[in-house]
Amino acid sequence: MANKSVAFHRIYVWEFPVRMYHWVNALCVTVLIVTGFLIGKPVAISYAGEAYQQYWFGTVRFIHFVTAFIFFFNFLVRIYWGFVGNEFARWQNFLPFKSNQMKEMGEVLKVDILQTDVKGKISVGHNALAGLIYFLSFLVFLFQSVTGFALYSSMSSSFLPGLFKWVVPLMGGDFAVRQWHHMFMWFFVVFILIHVYLVFYHDYVEGRGTTSSMIGGWKFEKESDGN
Amino acid sequence: MAKLETYKEAFDRAGISRRDFLRFCSYAAALAGIEAAGLSKVVYAFENKPRPPVVWLHFQECTCCSESFIRSSHPLVADVLLNKLSLDYTETLQAAAGHQAEKCLQDTIKNFPGQYIVLVEGSVPMAGDGAYCMIGGRSAEDILLETTKDAAAVIAWGSCASNGCIQSANPNPTNATPIHEIIDKPVIKVPGCPPIADVMTGVVTHVLVFGKLPELDGQGRPKEFYSRRVHDTCYRRPYYDAGLFVEAFDDEKARKGYCLYKMGCRGPVTYNACSVTRWNEATSYPIQSGHGCLGCSENGFWDNGPFYQHLASFPGFGIESTADTIGTAVGVAAAVGVAAHAVTTNIRKRGQIKEAKEESVNSSTNSEGGDQ
Repeated sequence: MANKSVAFHRIYVWEFPVRMYHWVNALCVTVLIVTGFLIGKPVAISYAGEAYQQYWFGTVRFIHFVTAFIFFFNFLVRIYWGFVGNEFARWQNFLPFKSNQMKEMGEVLKVDILQTDVKGKISVGHNALAGLIYFLSFLVFLFQSVTGFALYSSMSSSFLPGLFKWVVPLMGGDFAVRQWHHMFMWFFVVFILIHVYLVFYHDYVEGRGTTSSMIGGWKFEKESDGN
Repeated sequence: MAKLETYKEAFDRAGISRRDFLRFCSYAAALAGIEAAGLSKVVYAFENKPRPPVVWLHFQECTCCSESFIRSSHPLVADVLLNKLSLDYTETLQAAAGHQAEKCLQDTIKNFPGQYIVLVEGSVPMAGDGAYCMIGGRSAEDILLETTKDAAAVIAWGSCASNGCIQSANPNPTNATPIHEIIDKPVIKVPGCPPIADVMTGVVTHVLVFGKLPELDGQGRPKEFYSRRVHDTCYRRPYYDAGLFVEAFDDEKARKGYCLYKMGCRGPVTYNACSVTRWNEATSYPIQSGHGCLGCSENGFWDNGPFYQHLASFPGFGIESTADTIGTAVGVAAAVGVAAHAVTTNIRKRGQIKEAKEESVNSSTNSEGGDQ
C-alpha cells in the first residue's frame, strides 16, 4: 500500500455573523412552518371550555408574527453581510455565472446526482450550485416576507407592514396572497430535507467538516488542493 | 343646460312634510357617517343643492343588486332615492319602454353633462364585439362609454361591475370585464353579490350630500365600508382566537356557535361590512346563520373554490388537490429520494471512502503527534 500522508489545513470559512444568521434563520423557519401550518389547518386540541378561557390560536398567530419579524431582519443582516463579509460570504457567491463557477456547478451536479467520485476541487465555501440554490431561496424569503407583511397589513397600523399594502390588489385580493404564501411554505419543507441531507452527504464524501463548519466556522482543505 | 331643482323643491312638489324631510336628512347623515353636529350642513345641502339626475345601467347581471337596494333598512331613504330622486333611466324599474326609454337616457346625457351620476350594475362582455349584451341594438361597451363620458360620478354596483363576478369566472366565455377596465374615470366600487343595501344607500348618499367621491382604498372601494375584514368585526372572532372551531356542520361545536374558519369561511380574507350592518334590517348575516362567508365581495371569489375548504384546489391536479396534498407528495418524494441517495452513495463511492480511510490510518501512524 502506498504511503500517502495527507496534510489538511484549516480555513476559517463562516464568520460569526454568518453562523448566527444561519441558526437564527433555521430556528425561525422551523417555527414559521409549524405555526404557519397550524394557522392554515388548526388542530382540535380543545373541546370544552368557553372562548374567554383560552387563547391558544391567538398565541400561535402571535408567535408566527413575531418570528416573521425576526426572520425578516435576520435576512436583512445577511444581505448586509454579503457586502462586508469575507470572500465566502460575499454576494458574488450567490450569482455563480462566471465560467469557472458554471463548470463547478456541472461538477457538483455530477457528484450529487450521478454520484461520481469528486474530481478536482470543490470550493471550500458555498459550491457554485449551492450558491445558486441559496440565491433562489433568498428570492423565496423575499416573497414570503412581502406576502406575509401584505396579509398582516390589514390587522396592523405599524409602518413596516403598511409598506406592503399594494401587494394585495396586485395579486387579486387577500385570498390569493394567502394561497401563495401557503404554497411557498412547502418550498421550505422540501428545502430543509434536501439541504440537511446534502450537508451530510458532502461531509461524508469530501471529509472536510461541512457539518461542523456551521458551528465553529472551520473547514479543512487538503494541502495539495490549496490555493 | 337645463336648470336642476333642489331636493327641497322636489320634496315640496311631492308633498313631503318638513318633518319627513328632516328625518330623511338625519338618516342620510347617519348613513354617510356624518356626526350629529354636521346635520345642519346636510339639511342646508339638501335645501340648496341641485338634485342630480341618476342613470342606473344594467348589463350582465342578475338584478340582485337592485333587489338588495330596494330592501334597504331605511325605507325612507331608499324610497326617496328611488322614487323622488331624479332616476332618469333604469331598465328594470322605469315605466318607459323601447325608444321612449332610450330617449330618456339621451336627454339626460345631453341636458346635464357633468352633473348626472351613473350607477352600473353588471359586467361588460368584450368578446364577440359585445354581442353577448345588447340593449336597443347597441353593445354594453358602447352604452357605457357614451353614458360615463360626461358623468359627475360613476359607481360600480356589485361584484359584476367591480370584479366581473360569475360571468368572468374561468373560462369567462364572453370576456366579461369590470367597468374600471373599460372607462378611464375614477370608479367607486361597491362589490358584493349583492352588496349590502345600507352600504349602497350610504355610498349614494355620500355622493349626493358631498357632491364628491368618498375616500377610496387601494382597490377603489369606499373606506367607510370596506376597510375592515368580515373577520375583524365578527361576533364569533373570540372562538377563532381561542382555537375553538366547527369541525363539521351540525356537530356539537356548530351548535355552540364556534368559529367557522375550518369550514372554509372566507371572513379572514374578505373586506366588507356584513358583520357590522348585517342584512335584512340588521337581522342576521351568513356567519350568524351558521354558514361561512363565501367572500362574495372579493375579486375572483368564484374561482377560489371549493367554498368549504380554505385552500383553493390546485389547478391541473384535479378537484381534490390542494397546495397541501401536492406539497406533501413532493415532500415525501424528496424524503424517499434522499433515503435512496444515501443507500446508493455507500455503494457507488465504496472505492473513494476506502481510500479516504486508508489515508486516515497512514497519517495517524506516520506522523505521530499530528500535523499542524
